[in-house]
Amino acid sequence: MNIYLNLFLTFAKVGVCTFGGGYAMLPILQREIVETRHWATDEELSDYFAIGQCTPGIIAVNTATFVGAKLKGPGGGIAATLGVVFPSIVIITIIAATLSNFQSYPVVEHAFNGIRACVCILIINAVIKLSKSSIVDIPTAILFVTVFLISAILGLSPAILVIICGILGLVIKRTHKKASAETKDKP
Amino acid sequence: MILLELFFEFFCIGLFAVGGGLATVPFLTDLSIRTGWFSLDQLTNMIAISESTPGPLGVNMASYVGYEIAGIPGAILATLGLITPCLIIILIVIRCLQKFRNSQNVASIFYGLRPASTGLIAAAGWSVVCLSLIHITRPEGQFFPTAVEVSWSCLVLSAIILVLTHIKYTQKVHPVIWIALSAIAGAIFKL
Repeated sequence: MNIYLNLFLTFAKVGVCTFGGGYAMLPILQREIVETRHWATDEELSDYFAIGQCTPGIIAVNTATFVGAKLKGPGGGIAATLGVVFPSIVIITIIAATLSNFQSYPVVEHAFNGIRACVCILIINAVIKLSKSSIVDIPTAILFVTVFLISAILGLSPAILVIICGILGLVIKRTHKKASAETKDKP
Repeated sequence: MILLELFFEFFCIGLFAVGGGLATVPFLTDLSIRTGWFSLDQLTNMIAISESTPGPLGVNMASYVGYEIAGIPGAILATLGLITPCLIIILIVIRCLQKFRNSQNVASIFYGLRPASTGLIAAAGWSVVCLSLIHITRPEGQFFPTAVEVSWSCLVLSAIILVLTHIKYTQKVHPVIWIALSAIAGAIFKL
C-alpha cells in the first residue's frame, strides 16, 4: 500500500479509537505505531508528547505530524495529521446535524461512565510501559514523582514543568559528568 | 468570507493554545464574546459533546463550531485552520532536532524531558480516575478533602480491565475492544 495512504488510514484509526483528548490516544498509539508497525519506539513517543506539551497546538496533531514526518518527510506529516482529524470532522458533523443533545441520553451517559473506567486503566498501563524507558535512575524517578504531584495537585501549566525538567536534565548530566571526570583525575 | 474568517480565527487559536485540547476553551470563550457566533451555553454543550466523541478535543470543538456557523465547509476549514500552525511548527522543530541530533546537550535535555512527560501523562490518568472512580470534595482554599466518594461499580469494572490487560491470553487484545466492551457494560449495568 502507498505509504502516505497507510499513514492517513492508520492515524484515522487512531483518531476513531481515541476517547477524551490527547492522552487517551497514547495506549492506541503504542499498539498501532510501536507494537504493530514499528514506526517509532516508546521512547520516541514520550519525547513527542514532551515536545507537544510546550509547542502550541493539539498534542494528538503534534504527535501525528512527528511520526509521519519521521517516516516520510513533510508530506508524511501532513498525511498523518489529516488522518487523525478526519474522523472527528465526519463524526462531529453527523452529531451536530442530527442529535445535538445526544450526550443527555441516559444510555449514552452510562456507556461513557464505563468508557472512562476503562480509559483510566489504559492510561495507567501506558505509563507503566513508558516508565521503562523514561525512569532510568534515581534523578529521573524524582523528576517523575515531582512532576506528577505538582501537576495532579496544583494543576500548574504543563509547558512550564516540561521546560524546567529539560533544563534540570541538562544540569544533572553536566554535574554528573564533571563529578565522574574529577574522580577519574584522582590517582 | 465567513469561511476565511473561521480559518483565520482557528489558526490563531491553534497558534496560541499551548498544551492540549482543554487549553482551547479560554480562547473559544473569547471568540464567543467577540463574534457572537455561538453563545456560552452552546460552548458548554460543545465541550460535553467533544469530550464524549472520539478524536482530539480541540479538533472536535473546531469541527463543531465550524459546522454550527457555516455547515460542512465550515467544519473542514475551522479544523484545517486549527491544525495548520501545529503542522508548520512541528516540521520546523523536526528540522532543528535533526541538525542537533548528535548533540550531547540535546540528549541531556531529553533525559530530563522523558520523566516529565511520563509524570504529566500519569497526572492526566489520575484526573480520569478522579472523574470516574473516586470523587474528592475539596473546598476552595483547603488542602485536605472533606469527603471522598468511591463509585464501586466503576471500580470493579476498572479492576477487571486491569487484570485482563495483564493476563497472558488477553494481553494482545486491541485497547479499543476493551473500550467498546466497557461502554456496553456501562450501558447494561447502568454505571
